[in-house]
Amino acid sequence: MNFLDLIWLIPLFPLCGAGLMLLFGKMLDPQPPSTVAVAEGVEPVHDDHGHGHSHEPGHTHDHDHDHAHGHDHAHDHDHDHAHDHHHAPATRGLIKLICPGMVLLSFIFSLGAVVQLSNLPERIHEIRQFTWIAGMPFHMANGHLATFAADWGFLLDPLSSVMILVVTGIGFLIHVYATGYMDHDQGYYRFFGYFNLFIFFMLMLVLANNYTLLFVGWEGVGLCSYLLIGFYFHKKSAGDAGKKAFIVNRVGDAGFLLGMLMMLSVLGSVRFTDVRAALSSGGWQAETAVWGSLSWIALGLFIGATGKSAQFPLYVWLPDAMEGPTPVSALIHAATMVTAGVYMVARSAALLELTPQVLTIVASVGAFTAIFAATIGLVQNDIKRVLAYSTVSQLGYMFLALGVGAYWVAVFHLFTHAFFKALLFLCSGSVIHALGGEQDMRHMGGLKDKIPITHWTMWVGSVAIAGIPGLAGFFSKDEILWQAYSSPQGSKILWFVGLATAGLTAFYMWRLMNMTFYGKSRVAPEVAAHIHESPPSMYVPLVTLAVGSVFAGWLGVPKLWGLGERFQAFEAWLEPAFKSAAVEAAKEGAHDASTEWILMAISVAIAIIGITIARWFYHRKPEIPEAIYARVGPLHGLLYNKYYVDEIYDFLFVNGFAKGGGTVLGAFDRNVVDGGVNGAGWLTRFSSKLSIWWDTWIIDGAVRFGSFCVKLLSYPVCLLQSGRVQSYALFVVIGFLAFLGYYVSR
Amino acid sequence: MQISETHYLVVSVALLLIGTVGVLTRRNIVIILMSIELILNAVNINLITFSQAWKNMGGQIFAIFVITDAVAEAAVGLGILIALFRNKETVLADEVDLLKW
Repeated sequence: MNFLDLIWLIPLFPLCGAGLMLLFGKMLDPQPPSTVAVAEGVEPVHDDHGHGHSHEPGHTHDHDHDHAHGHDHAHDHDHDHAHDHHHAPATRGLIKLICPGMVLLSFIFSLGAVVQLSNLPERIHEIRQFTWIAGMPFHMANGHLATFAADWGFLLDPLSSVMILVVTGIGFLIHVYATGYMDHDQGYYRFFGYFNLFIFFMLMLVLANNYTLLFVGWEGVGLCSYLLIGFYFHKKSAGDAGKKAFIVNRVGDAGFLLGMLMMLSVLGSVRFTDVRAALSSGGWQAETAVWGSLSWIALGLFIGATGKSAQFPLYVWLPDAMEGPTPVSALIHAATMVTAGVYMVARSAALLELTPQVLTIVASVGAFTAIFAATIGLVQNDIKRVLAYSTVSQLGYMFLALGVGAYWVAVFHLFTHAFFKALLFLCSGSVIHALGGEQDMRHMGGLKDKIPITHWTMWVGSVAIAGIPGLAGFFSKDEILWQAYSSPQGSKILWFVGLATAGLTAFYMWRLMNMTFYGKSRVAPEVAAHIHESPPSMYVPLVTLAVGSVFAGWLGVPKLWGLGERFQAFEAWLEPAFKSAAVEAAKEGAHDASTEWILMAISVAIAIIGITIARWFYHRKPEIPEAIYARVGPLHGLLYNKYYVDEIYDFLFVNGFAKGGGTVLGAFDRNVVDGGVNGAGWLTRFSSKLSIWWDTWIIDGAVRFGSFCVKLLSYPVCLLQSGRVQSYALFVVIGFLAFLGYYVSR
Repeated sequence: MQISETHYLVVSVALLLIGTVGVLTRRNIVIILMSIELILNAVNINLITFSQAWKNMGGQIFAIFVITDAVAEAAVGLGILIALFRNKETVLADEVDLLKW
């Protein structure tokens, strides 16, 4: 079977799944009618459980709501346990079969296509299904006439092959996990329909052969993200979070769209291969000193990436996106969708090579986001929020790598991160599942022996993300740090920020592990009664991902270790995708073996230090953090409240621009627009009155005066018409005689 | 004395004048109608005279048409007169001014 020409089928399978759910989902999973109404009745909780979330971004001063948030989940789950568990219809099994099955099919086809791709000499394969947007002629910026046409076409190259394997592979595991995790929830078919739809759009995104089609997938995954964040739509916070994600992403998308349009104007095409060919043809100089049109394009694309990939300043939606079910957080908001920005920037590598200034911006934003989010993650108490900030931070790493020109490293980190972050999220979901919806780590602890599989898999994930040698996170993160240090684009500052972030990462992950699994149990007694390990449908994906988290990194072992070509497979595989002169130059950066060893040792040391401190703080002496919080209250408050960024945005944009603008626009509407309308109305009435007066007196007057004159003149003549026939006859005779007289006398 | 065309024409003119004066001066509609007959007959004499003089039969034929016309006109006129008399109890022209403006 020639899988390469069947790559169009890969996105089609999940679309079929979504379509089936749309058509038959309700039949397969009938809903009990009253449940939404009951769930809406969740009352605010009065104890302090809700405090971990009491600074809900976007609606800080809404007190009831703050409290509700912490416990809604618990209540939903409790409620679901109580009422729905026994009523889960048997036909749900079909949904469990169809939806993950479709993704599995996609994965098999992806695998086949990638294997066949590796046998091609050029390792690039493009198919064009049909013309999607037919040729539209336009004038380029340089005055040439070009034609804009977009194909419904797919491009499989090393970069997109990595992406489709991650999306379908990890997507399949998370689908399997979700069959177990969502079993107690309403809207089972709705969830899986959206999930499959997401996979479809994500595959469109990574397989598209031009920016326009990529944008379709880009917006599609945004839509699915919105739908799934707001999956528990009866909760206001979930709906708000969905809207926030959607709106913040639109800001980025505006940048993307502008970049794309400008690319069309400057380069005349949005097809990846065309763009790359145009840029590497030598017609374009690198914009090192000037800020030219290429820089604007690259900046626009990067702004799009900051929205989708949650970089500063558009990262604010991602922590809130944790309102969605945990599999959603794992799949969309950790492993795949949020990496779309990294993919898109990596896809534009040929462009970025020519715009070093934008690369600097990318690296700076990435590094800043990495450390910024990591510091927030230090003090969060919601288990999913810690992971959310961790995700933002890790995405920052990827952008740091992109910004120093180490594109393959960014994709490598994307790859390894997909494993361990999906794993961590799924484990946190398993913990939440076990505790019946509890997300606050202050109400966990000591779960190690109660849910051993979850504990061990999460341990593996945490070790992987912390950067302990031998696991996935170490290899990719260390390569990023090394590139940040050694690449011509890099600098010691970037390296140091990355290193500090690595330490913070290790710390907050071990804080999470300690608060959740070790020490004394702080679980509420009524919850503790039925803590249970998750069903196989959930822990099998966990174990699989844990294995992946261990071994994924061995595809990119540092050259320094001298293990041979096979252990640098990832870089070699991606090389054709980023083949350009500048990348070659970047790789030649000062390679000093001893320096690299030292840096590696430092980064391992700082990870171990972070782990040790966390263990010491939260396991041995839990009173220390409290003491520190008391000592540096304002700093803790600053971190705890996420640097008040949400409040600042609320003040500036929501209340400032949006509401203030609304007020101004309202006033404008009332006074200027309405005034104009009313004024026009008044003017019309006035002019019509004028017109009436004119008609009555002038037009009618003229007519009447005319008739009056005629009447006046005709009056004497009228007198002749006496009605007497003989007088008429006399006039005739007189007239006749007059003519006769004239005729005779002439 | 030879009777020439002039004599006929004189008679014709005389008849015309008598008829005209009759139409203009008499009050009785019957007499007015009779005077109209006189005028028409004056015309007839004229037509016959010139027909005879120029040896053209057209004049005589035309005269017969005029006589027919006179008959029709008298019939209509007398009809109107009877209708008028029934409504207004008068046959005097100066007492009827229905066509006044």
